[in-house]
Amino acid sequence: MACAVSEASSLLAAGVGDRENHLVFHENHANPRRLIALTFAVVITACGSVGGGGSEEVVVSAAASLAGAFGEIESAFEELYPELDIVLNVGGSATLREQILGGAPSDVFASANMANMDLVIGGGFVTGQARPFASNSLVIAVPNGNPGQITGLGDFENEDLLIGLCSPEVPCGELATLLFAVSALTPLPDTVEPNVRSLLVKIEAAELDGGLVYVTDVSTSTAVEHVEMDMESPCTTYEIAALNSGRNEAAGALFVEFVLSEAGQGILAAYGFGSP
Amino acid sequence: MSGRKIRQRPPLVIVVLGSIGVLLFLIPLIGLISRTRWSGLGSLLGSDFVFDALRLSLVTSLAATFLSAVFGIPVAWLLARVEFRGRAIVRGIVLLPLVLPPVVGGAALLFALGRSGIIGASLDETFGLVLPFSIWGVVIASTFVAMPFVVITVEGALANLDPRFEGAAATLGGSRSTVLRRVTLPMIRPALGAGLLLTWARAFGEFGATITFAGSLAGRTQTMPLAIFVALESDRDAAVAMSLLMVAISLGVLVVLRDRWWRTN
Repeated sequence: MACAVSEASSLLAAGVGDRENHLVFHENHANPRRLIALTFAVVITACGSVGGGGSEEVVVSAAASLAGAFGEIESAFEELYPELDIVLNVGGSATLREQILGGAPSDVFASANMANMDLVIGGGFVTGQARPFASNSLVIAVPNGNPGQITGLGDFENEDLLIGLCSPEVPCGELATLLFAVSALTPLPDTVEPNVRSLLVKIEAAELDGGLVYVTDVSTSTAVEHVEMDMESPCTTYEIAALNSGRNEAAGALFVEFVLSEAGQGILAAYGFGSP
Repeated sequence: MSGRKIRQRPPLVIVVLGSIGVLLFLIPLIGLISRTRWSGLGSLLGSDFVFDALRLSLVTSLAATFLSAVFGIPVAWLLARVEFRGRAIVRGIVLLPLVLPPVVGGAALLFALGRSGIIGASLDETFGLVLPFSIWGVVIASTFVAMPFVVITVEGALANLDPRFEGAAATLGGSRSTVLRRVTLPMIRPALGAGLLLTWARAFGEFGATITFAGSLAGRTQTMPLAIFVALESDRDAAVAMSLLMVAISLGVLVVLRDRWWRTN
């Protein structure tokens, strides 16, 4: 009790907190039974989360646009191999590449373009081969109802519209740069997002009038519509490889095989991905 | 009280833990310095990309500090001096950005002030004012995360002020504004200075709320932290150079101003 009083007076001196209430706070604070119960709970939770029933973890680093499809592939794979537990690490392909090159333990890398995969191979992280497993192309996405009344790619030069693009470092942005170069247009974006998911979220929220995202993003989202482009979008080839820098390369290879199998390819096609 | 301090050897535990604590901060800094390519530094830092980012960071962080002072000091006053119902809850809400992940703060700002937000929609219709994806968005995001530092330090200082000084000044004929200007504010100056310094530092380093609310566009909203984030994946050397620049500026400001503002005597 003496402890509580002296703590209280030092709190007073520091002037932090509401004067009337802090003494009440301290009365309930030092209760040994509560402390023991809390420690118990923490220990049990910690024990429980470390490998439930001895399943092996397989870390899969997948490009942002694969989030939905790989979620389904994860469930199907875990049904086939119940002793394996897939941990999906989703992000921009460039971000994932940097993580892997920086030594992050990952068992599989699924990149949205070949350039990022080549850098990972160059770093010596792939013992086998990287295999193409899907393709994707760009499409103009607008919020439901098309508030900005975008009719085509030319509207991306309109200063008054709020346009978003992916950062040129990620495959989505790389494709966009290519597209604008080919169509001889100079876009005036208002934001350049680090990955396609964060761009999509802003279009879905109608904070942006439009943006260039993947065909697969538009086909699975209910909050965006797509606007036809009067030209064919360039496409990007996704590649996947098992990495030797993770803890479970063999399981990683199994996952790669599953993605390339009929079952995996079927799931990818259902999400709108093209063939590799 | 004489100025002589009694020299005492600190306990070993304190020295050991304290040294580890200092190392925790020193080692990443050394890592950054070791990765720097000193030869190309000049050209890297002189590029438009870096210049734009630095200019934006300085302008927005200073604007955010100013706004934090303008709104934060009255809030601190109300919390410290005025008894009103729900004061504890208001204090909690105002200090929330200290605990909230910055990205959550940015998302919340978007829901409120974005074009389809509860207030943003009317702002857009009536004034044509769109806050996200503009430099004002950056300022607002930075103010949101940094203002609690002003509130918490000034409230503490005001609560600790001996009210007899202000009472004496009033008895001597000072009006409320005179008492405020000549007695209260000077007496809380060290705390206010420390609070403003922390506020500026927080605003200068702000990333999550900015990128979520204001987006990222070179020259308009891409402050230094955002530019470094982008450069980490495309041009590592530029990222390292800019990080070093931020560290140098921050260290300079914190070290130089600390002695002038922090000490209470």
